[in-house]
Amino acid sequence: MMNPLLTVAGKEFRDGLRNRWVLSICIIFAVLAIGLAYFGAAAAGKVGFTSLSTTIVSLASLAVFIIPLIALMLSYDGIVGEDESGTLLLLMTYPLSRTQLLLGKMLGQGAIMAFSTFIGFGSSALMIGLFSATTSWSDLLVPYTVFILSAILLGWIFIAIAYVISASVAEKSKAAGIALIVWFIFVLVFDLGLLGLLVSTEGNVDANLFPYMLLLNPTDIFRLVNITYFADQNLTGLMAIAQQTQFSLFGLLAGLLAWLAMPAGLAMYIFNRRGL
Amino acid sequence: MSSTDNIVELQQVEKKYLGVQALQSLDLNLQAGEVFGLFGHNGAGKTTIIKLILGLIEATSGKVSVFGQDPTQSGARELRGKLGFLQENVSFYDQLTGLEVLEYFARLKGFARKQCRKQCLELLAQVGLKDACGRRVKTYSKGMRQRLGLAQALLGNPRLLLLDEPTVGLDPIATRDFYHSIDQLKHQGCTVVLCSHVLPGVEKYIDRALILGRGAVLASGSIEQLRAQANLPAVFQLQGQRGLSEELPEDLRLLARSDSSGMRMSVPMQDKMHTLRALAGLSGVDNIDVQLPSLEDLYTHFIQRHCDQEAAL
Repeated sequence: MMNPLLTVAGKEFRDGLRNRWVLSICIIFAVLAIGLAYFGAAAAGKVGFTSLSTTIVSLASLAVFIIPLIALMLSYDGIVGEDESGTLLLLMTYPLSRTQLLLGKMLGQGAIMAFSTFIGFGSSALMIGLFSATTSWSDLLVPYTVFILSAILLGWIFIAIAYVISASVAEKSKAAGIALIVWFIFVLVFDLGLLGLLVSTEGNVDANLFPYMLLLNPTDIFRLVNITYFADQNLTGLMAIAQQTQFSLFGLLAGLLAWLAMPAGLAMYIFNRRGL
Repeated sequence: MSSTDNIVELQQVEKKYLGVQALQSLDLNLQAGEVFGLFGHNGAGKTTIIKLILGLIEATSGKVSVFGQDPTQSGARELRGKLGFLQENVSFYDQLTGLEVLEYFARLKGFARKQCRKQCLELLAQVGLKDACGRRVKTYSKGMRQRLGLAQALLGNPRLLLLDEPTVGLDPIATRDFYHSIDQLKHQGCTVVLCSHVLPGVEKYIDRALILGRGAVLASGSIEQLRAQANLPAVFQLQGQRGLSEELPEDLRLLARSDSSGMRMSVPMQDKMHTLRALAGLSGVDNIDVQLPSLEDLYTHFIQRHCDQEAAL
C-alpha cells in the first residue's frame, strides 16, 4: 500500500524542486515575513522590529490571501493535467490504485507546501530572534509554531480543494478558472457576504451564532487561530466579532483538520468515479 | 489447448458508450507467444478493445478475462506488473530526465530501488536513448519520446504487451530495431497486441490479424487465411523481349495488360504456381515479379467490402 504512494509523492516533490515551485514559495514567504517583521510599523513612522503580536497578526492577514492562491496554483492540474498528457491512462495500467495515486500526489505537493512554509516563515523567526532587542527566543517559539502549523494546514486544505476541482473537470483551463473563482469566494466574497449580512440586518443576527459561521470558511479559522494569542490587538472587521467568542486553539485546529479531510475525501470520491 | 491457457480471452464482448455501439459481439483468444495485429480506421474500436483488456473500462456485456482473471477487479491489480502498455500521444513529465521518468515507472511496477537504475539504463540503451538519458524530456524529439514510451512498456519483461501505434515517429532503423525486440519478446513467450493503421512492414511480424470497422469484426486470421478469404489476385509483373505476348499461352494472354515497364497480369491465387511454371518456361521472359496481396491490400479490400455492404442496405 505505502510503496507506490511514496514513489508518487517523491516524484511530485522532485517535480516541485525542478520547476522551482519550492524555491519560489520559500522566497515569497520569506520576503513577506521578514518584510512585515521589519517594516510592519512603517505606517506609524518607525522602522525596525515591531512587537511580535503585530507581526504575527499582520502576517496572518496577508498569508490568508497568498497561501490559498499558491496552493491552488500548485495543484489545480494534478489530475486533469496528467489526463491531458496521457500519463493518467498509462498510470492506471500500473499496479497502482487511484487512491494511491491521488494520496501520493497530495502528499508530495503537501510536502512542497510544508517545506516551503517552514523555511520561508521560519527564516523570519530566525531574523527576529537574532536581531530584535525586545523579543527573546522563548517568546517566539509558541506563536511561530502555531502560525507555521496553521499556515501549513491552510495550504494543505487548498491543495485538497484544488484536487476536488482537478478531479471534476476535463480541461486544464477550466480547472484554472474554477480555482480562481474558489479562491475569490473563500478569501473575499465569503467575508464580505457575512459583513453585508450583519450590516443589512442591523446586527439582528443571533450574536452567538455569528462567530460559528466563520467556521464555514477555513481561511477565517486560520485567522482565528492566529489571533487567539493576541487578544490585545485592535482587530477590525469580522475578527473583532469573533473575538468575543473564544474558541479554543485545539478546537480551531480540529476545525482545520476537518476542513482538510472533507475536500480530500470528496476528491477521492470524485476521482474514483472519473472515466478514462 | 484448454481455455485457461489463453492469456487473453474475450467472449461475446460488447461495449456501448452512451448508447453508441463501440464494439459488437467480439470473440478473441490470445495465446502465449502470439503477436496479434489489430487494424481499423479511427474510431473502429481498436482502443476500446485495448482498454477492455487493460481493465480500464468495463464491457457492457460479455466476458473479458486476462491471465484468467477479470481485469476490472481490484484483485487483478497485481497482475498489471506483468503487463506492458503504450498508448498513442503520451507526453511524459517534461521537467524530469528520461532516466528519472523511466525509474519512476519502474518503481511503480515494483522494482526494488537497487536494481532499478541498472535495468532502466539497460532498457534505455536498448531503445537507443543511452546518451540522452540524463537530459530533460522537454528537450526530446517526437521519436525520442516514443522510444522512451517503448522502454516504459518493456519494463519488467511483460507477459502481455499492448502497443497502440508503436512505430509512429520512429525512423526506419528504429522501427526495425523495435520489431526485432518484439520478435525477441515473442520467443520468450510474451503475447503482443499491435494496434495500428500504418500497415507496411508490420505483416512479417504478426501471426494473426483482426480487421475492424465501426466496432464490427470485418475479418480475422493469419495473413494466409485473410488472403484466402479476400480471394484477391496475385499480380505478376513481366519484363521481356518484344513479342512476348505472342508467346503467352492463350489463357494468360487474356489476363495480360501491357504497361510502361512491361506486362502486368492479375492471376487468381489458386492459379499462382501454375502460372509461374508456365511463365518460367518461356524463353522471351527476362524477369518475373510476383506481388501477393499485402496486408494493406487486404485491409482496403475488407473495408471497401464493408462500405459497399452498408451502402447496399
